[in-house]
Amino acid sequence: MTGRSIRAAVATAMAAALTFGAAACSNPGGGAAGSGAKDSAVVGIAYEPDSLSPLLGYGKDGNSKIFDGLLAFDEDMTLRPALAADLPEVSADRLTYTYKLRKGVKFSDGAPFSAKDVVFTYRTVLDKKTNNASRTELDAVKDVRAEGDDTVVFTLKYPYAAFAQRTVLPIAPEHIAGRQDVNTGPFTTKPIGTGPYILTGWSKGEKISFKANPHYWGGAPAVKKFTMAIIKDDDVRATRLRAGDLDGAILPPNLAKGFEGEQGRKTYRATTYDYRTVTLPTHNEVAGDPAVRRALDIAVDRQAMVDSILDGAGKPAYGPVPTGSEWFTDGTERRHDLAGAKKILDEAGWKPGKDGIRAKNGVRAAFPLWYLTGDKLRQDHALAYASDAKKAGIDITTKAGTWEVIEPRMKHDAVLAGGGAPGDPDFDQYLLLNSALAGDGFNNMAWYDNPAVDKALDTGRRSDEKATRKAAYDTVQRELVKNPGYTFLTHIDHLYVVNDTWDGLATQVEPHDHGLASGPWWNVEDWTPKK
Amino acid sequence: MARMAGRRALLAVPVLLTVTFAVFAVAAASPFDPVKAYTGSAGLTASQENLDQIRANLGVDQPLVTRWWDWLTSALTGDLGDSSVMRQPVADVIAERIGWSALLALTAFALAIVLGTTLGVLAARRRGGLLDRCVSSLAYTLEAAPAFWLGLLAIWFFALELGVLPAGGLTDTASDTVTAGQVASHLVLPAAVLGVSQLPWFFLYVRQGVGDALDEDPVRGARARGLAERTVLLGHALRSGMLPMLTLIGSRVPELITGALLIETVFSWPGIAAATVQAATSVDFPLLAALTVLATAAVLLGNLLSDLLYGLADPRVGFDG
Repeated sequence: MTGRSIRAAVATAMAAALTFGAAACSNPGGGAAGSGAKDSAVVGIAYEPDSLSPLLGYGKDGNSKIFDGLLAFDEDMTLRPALAADLPEVSADRLTYTYKLRKGVKFSDGAPFSAKDVVFTYRTVLDKKTNNASRTELDAVKDVRAEGDDTVVFTLKYPYAAFAQRTVLPIAPEHIAGRQDVNTGPFTTKPIGTGPYILTGWSKGEKISFKANPHYWGGAPAVKKFTMAIIKDDDVRATRLRAGDLDGAILPPNLAKGFEGEQGRKTYRATTYDYRTVTLPTHNEVAGDPAVRRALDIAVDRQAMVDSILDGAGKPAYGPVPTGSEWFTDGTERRHDLAGAKKILDEAGWKPGKDGIRAKNGVRAAFPLWYLTGDKLRQDHALAYASDAKKAGIDITTKAGTWEVIEPRMKHDAVLAGGGAPGDPDFDQYLLLNSALAGDGFNNMAWYDNPAVDKALDTGRRSDEKATRKAAYDTVQRELVKNPGYTFLTHIDHLYVVNDTWDGLATQVEPHDHGLASGPWWNVEDWTPKK
Repeated sequence: MARMAGRRALLAVPVLLTVTFAVFAVAAASPFDPVKAYTGSAGLTASQENLDQIRANLGVDQPLVTRWWDWLTSALTGDLGDSSVMRQPVADVIAERIGWSALLALTAFALAIVLGTTLGVLAARRRGGLLDRCVSSLAYTLEAAPAFWLGLLAIWFFALELGVLPAGGLTDTASDTVTAGQVASHLVLPAAVLGVSQLPWFFLYVRQGVGDALDEDPVRGARARGLAERTVLLGHALRSGMLPMLTLIGSRVPELITGALLIETVFSWPGIAAATVQAATSVDFPLLAALTVLATAAVLLGNLLSDLLYGLADPRVGFDG
């Protein structure tokens, strides 16, 4: 190569670079910020799903936008038919559930929906080769089969009162998802369903965009374009909402406050089943003592936590069931009573030592409490709990760690845990309190073991009579007063700020995970532009 | 020249093998659990049996060497495996993202070279002049400034204070079609920041090279012959001053890759970087290994390229061996 050709090459490269630069500068500012049009909405969410395939767990609690389940929850969490034409027929022994399917429903690619898609979906989720971490939720299913094109019959291993609530699980098309690797095939990122919206793009870590399904069986949505921007940082989300880039967003209480009373915006407060609790492991000689548990249960000032940590956006929690729920047992609220706590400890032989920390038979009333590193809310709860416990003479050391660090210690150390699933009282309580599930993964982390509770949980799960079930869950909640295996602290409200340009917004009772399904956009397909 | 390229290619094989094995070893030694990363919050209510099954399905219960060997043999047949964190084949993850990363890196690189060369020549012409002093001190400051810090600063100034450029993403939030105009406007800030962070090296090398050349006999001779200043500067001084630049281009590649990682994260640019970070924190072996191979190959190629260019530009420098 000669000098001349090098010069030519350099010149060409420079010219190319300059053109590039010029092109890049030609459109400063980009398009209009946000969506001025009333038939589109952009909302900011904090969490992104790993997959959009229902076979891997996406949308299992309903409201999946792209998909429908056999049934769906309405605003009051009452079941209504979706892909099923009606609520299921249940056999007398309550082991057989028969669903008649809605006729004329099509997937968004035009293929008809039928019973074989339902059977395919459930069988695939139950298949061990499918990497679905929520498979246990369908544990009751023994078999699922199609009878003709429009009837699906589930056979259960045992009567399970909450089974119908599980059938909000979205249905995947067999003719697409059945022909590829269920764990990694294109369906996991480019799904096709029967739902009100069709996925138009998913740029991971940036946004998920949908367009209305014009042929939706429930009627074409009025909001034609719907975008979920994934913005993990709370402050950035608030800034982009203020800048007009977003029409709505989930915000923590302190940031939501900044939008209060602002013209053209409304704040929605969703009550939740989202609890924060402290596990009191049975195998710890201090936390496992019923006297210590009961003392801690009344030594904590739950209202103070709601006021200071949650800025008032929440409620004191006395068990997994929130106080506003119809399943809550009135009279099981615990008053903050430090003197009472001290009395319980005194009577049980936990005597204060020189440093103010109690001891019994040479055992110091002390144990560690772990919380997830980086989770400010859990950290605040843990510190407040430790400080309340100290006043009663119990020394709790708070420690931060990742789940990898915490998990092996769960049998002996306390953990600041969170959870909560609305829909049925069985969902939370069975997994939290059943002694058979002690130490099974993250189920029953406290190794709680109470035969009366076990029996009540079983009655609650198997019975179909609402009164019998209520009585059973009343028993569970009363047992938790006598021997609390956990100190439940708060139920946390989720706050959403949304531009006031639509009618039809409301919130459901929300679960612990506030993913795509939660927020006022749980029913974006029913929104209508404000006149 | 072909022999040099061939020899380097042969040498790359053991390097790449060692690097992939190191990636598997480091990931296996990390305290993170791939199954926890895979299941996310659903794993917090899953039964142990369920979790164990997923562990077996993902193949992460295998010993380190087995896993590495399985990955390597299937990678050689063209199957890069499936990314657990992205729930799709590794080849798809890379194909979807590498174009955006390349666009960002090449734009930034071109910007750095062009701007660095121009400013370098101008500064060398009047050494100690106002422009030279300003740009030189700025270059030393930039050399020390981390790219992500520059990125945050740029977002604050251009996107928040002035509101003239988008703060992040590939396109506007409300839009779901990728148009050239939108990408161009969203490219400005990340490419400019990445380019500016690379600029000082090019500037300082050119300034030094051209400055030295201006003092050399051939240039003085050319001036004495009455050639135009422009011809002297661009034809003589720049040509010999550019030589060290060629080496620099290759050696800046690793820095460009790590810089791009940070910039992509700051500007939510949907390139390879976000995938790399996720792959690392989720112990996603197949994806992590493939990305490492790519990055290593890019570095090796960069070095080869600069050596070849240098050999071509200066006949006194042969091709090694």
